[in-house]
Amino acid sequence: MSEIEKSATSTLISAQQSLPLGFVRGEPIFEQPEDLYIPPEALELMLDLFSGPMDLLLYLIRRQKMDILDLPILRITEQYMTYVDMMRELKLELAAEYLLMAAMLAEIKSRMLLPQTPDDDDDESDPRAELVRRLQEYEIVREGAQQLDQQPQQERDYFIANAETDARELAGQAPPDVSLAELGLALAKVMQLVDAQAHHQIKREHLSTRERMSSILSQLESYGQLQFQQLFVLQEGRAGVIVSFLAILELNKEGLIVLTQAENFSQLYVRKASEKDFDVYQRGG
Amino acid sequence: MISDQQLKQLIEAAIFAAEQPVTVEQLLGGVLANFSLNRPRVRQVLEALQHDYQDRGIELVEVATGYRFQTRPELGPALVHMWPERAPRYSAALLETLALIAWRQPVTRGEIEAVRGVSVSTQIMKTLQERGWVKVVGHKEVPGRPALYATTKAFLDYFSLTSISDLPALTQERPALVELDAVNEQADLLTDTRERDAEEENEA
Repeated sequence: MSEIEKSATSTLISAQQSLPLGFVRGEPIFEQPEDLYIPPEALELMLDLFSGPMDLLLYLIRRQKMDILDLPILRITEQYMTYVDMMRELKLELAAEYLLMAAMLAEIKSRMLLPQTPDDDDDESDPRAELVRRLQEYEIVREGAQQLDQQPQQERDYFIANAETDARELAGQAPPDVSLAELGLALAKVMQLVDAQAHHQIKREHLSTRERMSSILSQLESYGQLQFQQLFVLQEGRAGVIVSFLAILELNKEGLIVLTQAENFSQLYVRKASEKDFDVYQRGG
Repeated sequence: MISDQQLKQLIEAAIFAAEQPVTVEQLLGGVLANFSLNRPRVRQVLEALQHDYQDRGIELVEVATGYRFQTRPELGPALVHMWPERAPRYSAALLETLALIAWRQPVTRGEIEAVRGVSVSTQIMKTLQERGWVKVVGHKEVPGRPALYATTKAFLDYFSLTSISDLPALTQERPALVELDAVNEQADLLTDTRERDAEEENEA
């Protein structure tokens, strides 16, 4: 901004009607345009409110209560330029898009000032037409944005209300997605089970529960009391462990052994039921 | 059979317990699957529930993806004090970009810039996509194949909308260039402003 224009801005503050307020682009300014003067600090704040040149232009038109369709291009251009000059002084990097609009306004203005030849009337439309259309379009968008802003917004105006439920636990966990590789592994396990099953059937006699019950009882006969895990022969594998467990359950059910535990989660002990235990069992049953 | 009261309780509980808004179809296919009920009946119950809640701090609202319970908007200014962080405030530029995408979708970045008269900031587009309000739905088959943006249902939900037509401004048609007939009508207007401009120019 040149020195002359700076003085023009400062002269605007002490508005005097008799003398020119200042000179903008060599033209003397006598009248402060309506609603135009804004202190630079305020303008800086306002700049953030304008989202771009279209917004500023629309603001100028609306503040002057002018019809977009009857766009007085000269006045708007002048006002617009005054703003842009102030902006350039305050926030130079903002100016590019605003300058583009300034150039467009100047172009329209110059075309408007050219004498209209009769030929132009039909062939060439109003040079303002495209700008007017863009302004109308932009106005719809700006209005839409304002309506959007007025809508109740999550976290700003309302919060989602939820209630706790334990229904999910009743429903059980949803199975996770399965990959093809995992499907293959699952199949391999089934095949292993088939093998184990075949094996198990062959050895059924060997791992009979009744037989295991007897062997456990004889162990207890010899050792009196044993820790729970001492009753299992790990070398027999899964099937053997299960058979032993079933045997213990069966023995317990029949009241032939007694399971004891000092406290929760502590070591389980197994011993043979005595006469006394048997009486309790019988009465209790 | 299920009594009216049980039905109301069940629907209320289902909407409260769901993490997302619930549609009538979801209710019918889910919690109400074992009862032979029809859509009008469920809608009726939902209306009754809305009525029940009208004096409460919580309200039952319908948004784009279904029904949900939420706190009353009037309570928002007081409720935000429950959390130290402030609610996000969206800039005019972001809201305009969002409104424009909602209005003209599917729309390219270039088209957004043409209407707004400013370049669209990458940050704004990133924010809109991160929030799940805007997504790329395709590419325009022109040189450069620019991405076509559209708004999502999450956007409608966030702004308490059931559809974009809830925003009256965005139901308007795109203004057309002034047509020849209109130009003839405006010819007088045009001359008027020219004279007026010329006068002002002379005065200056």
